[in-house]
Amino acid sequence: MSAFVIADNIISPLGFTSSENFEQLKQKKTGVQRLETSELSSEPVCAALVDTLILNSEFSKLNSKTEFTRLEKMVLLSINDCLKQNSNIDVASKKTLIILSTTKGNIDLLDSSLAAKFDKKRVYLWETANVISQHFNNPNKPIIVSNACISGVLAIILGKRLLETNQYDTIIVSGVDILTQFVVSGFQSFKAISTEVAKPYDAKRDGISLGEGCGTVVLTNQESRIKSQEPRIVVSGGASSNDANHISGPSRTGDGLFLAIDKTLKESNINPSEVSYISGHGTATLYNDDMESIALTDAQLANVPMNSLKSYFGHTLGAAGVIESIIGIHSMRENTLIGTYNFSELGVTMPINIIKNTASAEINNCLKTAAGFGGCNAAVFFQKVENN
Amino acid sequence: MKAKKYITSYCSIKNGKVNVNGKELFSDSSLPSVDFIKSVYKHFQLNYPKFYKMDHLSKLAFIASDLLLKSNPIMQKYAAEDVSIIIANSASSLEIDTEHQNTISDKNNYFPSPAVFVYTLPNILIGEIAIRNCIKGENTFFIFDKFDSDFMGSYNNSLLDSNKAKCSISGWVDFYENKYQAFLLTIEKEQGILNIEHNSEQLNKLYNN
Repeated sequence: MSAFVIADNIISPLGFTSSENFEQLKQKKTGVQRLETSELSSEPVCAALVDTLILNSEFSKLNSKTEFTRLEKMVLLSINDCLKQNSNIDVASKKTLIILSTTKGNIDLLDSSLAAKFDKKRVYLWETANVISQHFNNPNKPIIVSNACISGVLAIILGKRLLETNQYDTIIVSGVDILTQFVVSGFQSFKAISTEVAKPYDAKRDGISLGEGCGTVVLTNQESRIKSQEPRIVVSGGASSNDANHISGPSRTGDGLFLAIDKTLKESNINPSEVSYISGHGTATLYNDDMESIALTDAQLANVPMNSLKSYFGHTLGAAGVIESIIGIHSMRENTLIGTYNFSELGVTMPINIIKNTASAEINNCLKTAAGFGGCNAAVFFQKVENN
Repeated sequence: MKAKKYITSYCSIKNGKVNVNGKELFSDSSLPSVDFIKSVYKHFQLNYPKFYKMDHLSKLAFIASDLLLKSNPIMQKYAAEDVSIIIANSASSLEIDTEHQNTISDKNNYFPSPAVFVYTLPNILIGEIAIRNCIKGENTFFIFDKFDSDFMGSYNNSLLDSNKAKCSISGWVDFYENKYQAFLLTIEKEQGILNIEHNSEQLNKLYNN
């Protein structure tokens, strides 16, 4: 049984649909800006922030009378766009499940200035998910994955696995996180944030750029729900692993990520030589990017064209795996490899094939990888399949 | 026909009591949650210096997993990549989230710390269990309003059925506003000494016990 992708959306500073976002990437435009003053930090910070005025203006088009948080508005807009794209999606069906991927959810409600506006329980991730699922009259209890920066990839893998049980025929996977002082101050305390736009895999990289946004992919096991003109794209495998090494640093050997990639390719019945494109994690910290280069070399993938999208979207945490997978899906549809913004000279332990400039290429499949705090790693594999 | 799966060990920590495989091994209802967790650690002489760096949620998970795996040393039987860790809770990491928020809310007393911030993710406790026991398999942290035996039971069974794991450490670890509960179990294809079938009904029974 296959898990087909039948709709997708990205909400980011680069746009409110996947197509808008993909167009911006093709033109090498980044959403990461240097913010001289912001509520995020007392010092200037580079981050990819969704304009609240635009968000509210887009949200007002939904004519909702209920009060929603900033994070919830992004998810509602994102799912709503997917439903508009494909009328075969029945969000209110008993066979449709919503999976929410987030690291921090409505964490801005811990800040006293916002807390008064909402019920105290709104900061619980399950309540956030309930509010979203109720808005769409979905009858099932939503599932929440909160597993650091691999959450989004895990949520897509989970969606595929749940479709295989036949309990559901449609899974809506939304990944979301917002930028808050909470998150920025934490990464600043780790001294992990670059003073400029992040430079993934580059010799001069010196840390991450943070971002915010939402990505939604809708998966189904019903081939009839695919819009006829679209190439068929399936999720064919996925796995997670743990380094069992350190809670806040990646393994030096890359063995955890290697395991996740190896299991994913085996489940997909694919040899490393058949992989067309890798969407890496590429946070632009020294250790993460080195670790990835070692794991990919061990997996015999060092020559495969690869990019990181973190210098376009910033690190969107629980949304990253979904947003970056969607760009991978559009790369396959448009046979376009997106160049890595701000990458000029390779500077990782093992030589890997980082895409510098956006170019046309036949892309039959995409391997998306992720790694996160807690020593976790994940990989998921998307494939184009012939129309019947 | 899918092979049966079994609950081969379990550990429950709640209401000042520690129960392993149905036996109460320790109880002290006089202590507040944080002190109780420390007293369990000392009582069982778990001897793991990293314990003191952990937040309360990870400490609770660490103790429950250590007692669980002492009663059933699964890592002697399985390869590191064949053991999964699938855990859920209700409050995510809100206990330490609040602590981190308190370090940044006052501009005149601003002191965010990486040692605190790193724990503001619930899956860190999975990482702590993985590091302690050298476990490298599938790992996922879920959030539910309450223990969902249907979902957790069937998801773990599907991992074992599809050979994505040969043994799974699963359950519930929650700590917020002085309330705590840990319920961890091992799930295997062999009966083990307990001979309890792994299904939603048994999970509920042991969780509520």
